[in-house]
Amino acid sequence: MKVLVAVKHVVDYNIKPRVKPDGSDVDIAGVKLSINPFDEIAVEEAVRLKERGVATEVIAVTIGKTNSQDSLRHALAMGVDKAVLIETDVELQPLGVAKLLKYVVEREQPSLIILGKQAIDDDLGQTGQMLAALANVGQGTFASVIDIKGDEIEVTREIDGGTDVVALKLPAVVTTDLRLNEPRFIKLPNLMMAKKKPIETIKAADLGIDISPRLKQLKVADPEPRKPGIKVANVAELVEKLRLAEVL
Amino acid sequence: MSILILAEHDGKHIKQSTRQAVAAAGAWQLPIHLVVTGANSADIAREASEIASVAKVLHADAAHFEHPLAEDVAALLVQLGADYKVILSAHTAFSKSVLPRVAALLDVGMVSDAVSITAPATYVRPIYAGNVLSTVESSDAIQVVTIRATSFAAAAAGGSAEVATVSAPASSGLSRWIKEDKTVSDRPELSSARVVVSGGRSLAERFDELLEPLAHRFGGALGATRAAVDAGFAPNDIQVGQTGTIVAPELYFAIGISGAMQHLAGMKDSKIIVAINHDPDAPIFQHADFGLVANLFDAVPELTTALNQ
Repeated sequence: MKVLVAVKHVVDYNIKPRVKPDGSDVDIAGVKLSINPFDEIAVEEAVRLKERGVATEVIAVTIGKTNSQDSLRHALAMGVDKAVLIETDVELQPLGVAKLLKYVVEREQPSLIILGKQAIDDDLGQTGQMLAALANVGQGTFASVIDIKGDEIEVTREIDGGTDVVALKLPAVVTTDLRLNEPRFIKLPNLMMAKKKPIETIKAADLGIDISPRLKQLKVADPEPRKPGIKVANVAELVEKLRLAEVL
Repeated sequence: MSILILAEHDGKHIKQSTRQAVAAAGAWQLPIHLVVTGANSADIAREASEIASVAKVLHADAAHFEHPLAEDVAALLVQLGADYKVILSAHTAFSKSVLPRVAALLDVGMVSDAVSITAPATYVRPIYAGNVLSTVESSDAIQVVTIRATSFAAAAAGGSAEVATVSAPASSGLSRWIKEDKTVSDRPELSSARVVVSGGRSLAERFDELLEPLAHRFGGALGATRAAVDAGFAPNDIQVGQTGTIVAPELYFAIGISGAMQHLAGMKDSKIIVAINHDPDAPIFQHADFGLVANLFDAVPELTTALNQ
């Protein structure tokens, strides 16, 4: 079976974002970008399915500016067979992304589509569910274990207060939780090899799909800083402070 | 035009987060309707009808809603939703699965995890693990929104709304529920607990032994960092952070927690933060109201004893 994974190129998770002085947006000029951590887990899972002989081909797709190819190279170095970049300068939001991904799904006809459960920049967590809706397939969100059984996939999901298990008819969309796997380190030769693999580029504008943003960002701001706290010398002083704060 | 809220319950009672969603919906000053799904759930629908300021409860009772699946609940909301101005819910695992599906089927965008609402269509929501607050305006005819429950007070009881039965669409056949494994606990739910006692990886095997008595003292909930969960010292569902549960209790104990950005995202709106860590340079101390530099294995039992006196 064919597996499609969607990856997003985002500000690296270790970097604390800065707000532009005019408050119009987050300043990402010159900031290190990398593959969204949840998407790296999605790639890892797809590659493992291939190594187990379950998947025959793994395709990675990303949508965004030209530099998004870096995340596709990362996916190729992890073991993905084929990479597709849908190139656009339009500001992307999940509904538009889901529509473009649906185009790729129709073209490639994968049996399984894996996405991260959220991107760590916008923290929206919508794209997988939206794609499942548009493609009219089942969805397994926040997956911590997946198991393909015939024409179904069983997905263990991380939910509030525990886990549940659902079975989805294939094709289906799965979104990854952190617990699904531990992504592999990329070895240098694989990285070099990935540089030679071709990336197919499609211009989003040529597809005639409406991806215009539905949400307009009016401004961004730093959260209200907390009042500086104090260090206490010992447990007795801590208890005293908590008593004064009337939280005991 | 009215507001439709997807209610959540645990099979017995309406969840606190649904009451918080009702309070958040007050921003629009429009009639509030609650949709309750379930099997043999008449008591829960009645409980929903008693929440103050709820105008109507739409009760969709069907065998296949005993364990509601995102595909089926989304179909129900799409069937009802075209008549509403706003479709709203708390940002929980359940709603996070259902509402984006609804939005796509209605061809509208969606606002996730709003912490503040200015009617009719402007929202503040955290991005980049809560390091930045983004104010967005939506241009869609139907607003699909999840709210961060901890940012809103819960609506009180005292209402008496009409309960109307609505028919549930047939099961989609795309998915089926197999089983669930919920942590049985007599402690309060993490997201709505008044006190949360959280620990990091350094507690190791003594995680429960050290933290439980302290949580017990307050009738509070236990929380953990991702590192503690990954190392197997705490269960997944108590992870606090960007990718786990977001909490904002009155009192948060961060014990043996360094204070990584991803963890802070889940607890920095707590009213009072207490940090106990042996490393005086741990970033958590920059966010703590009261910090104690000490060996956890001595300080935590000493604190528990002192508080119990």
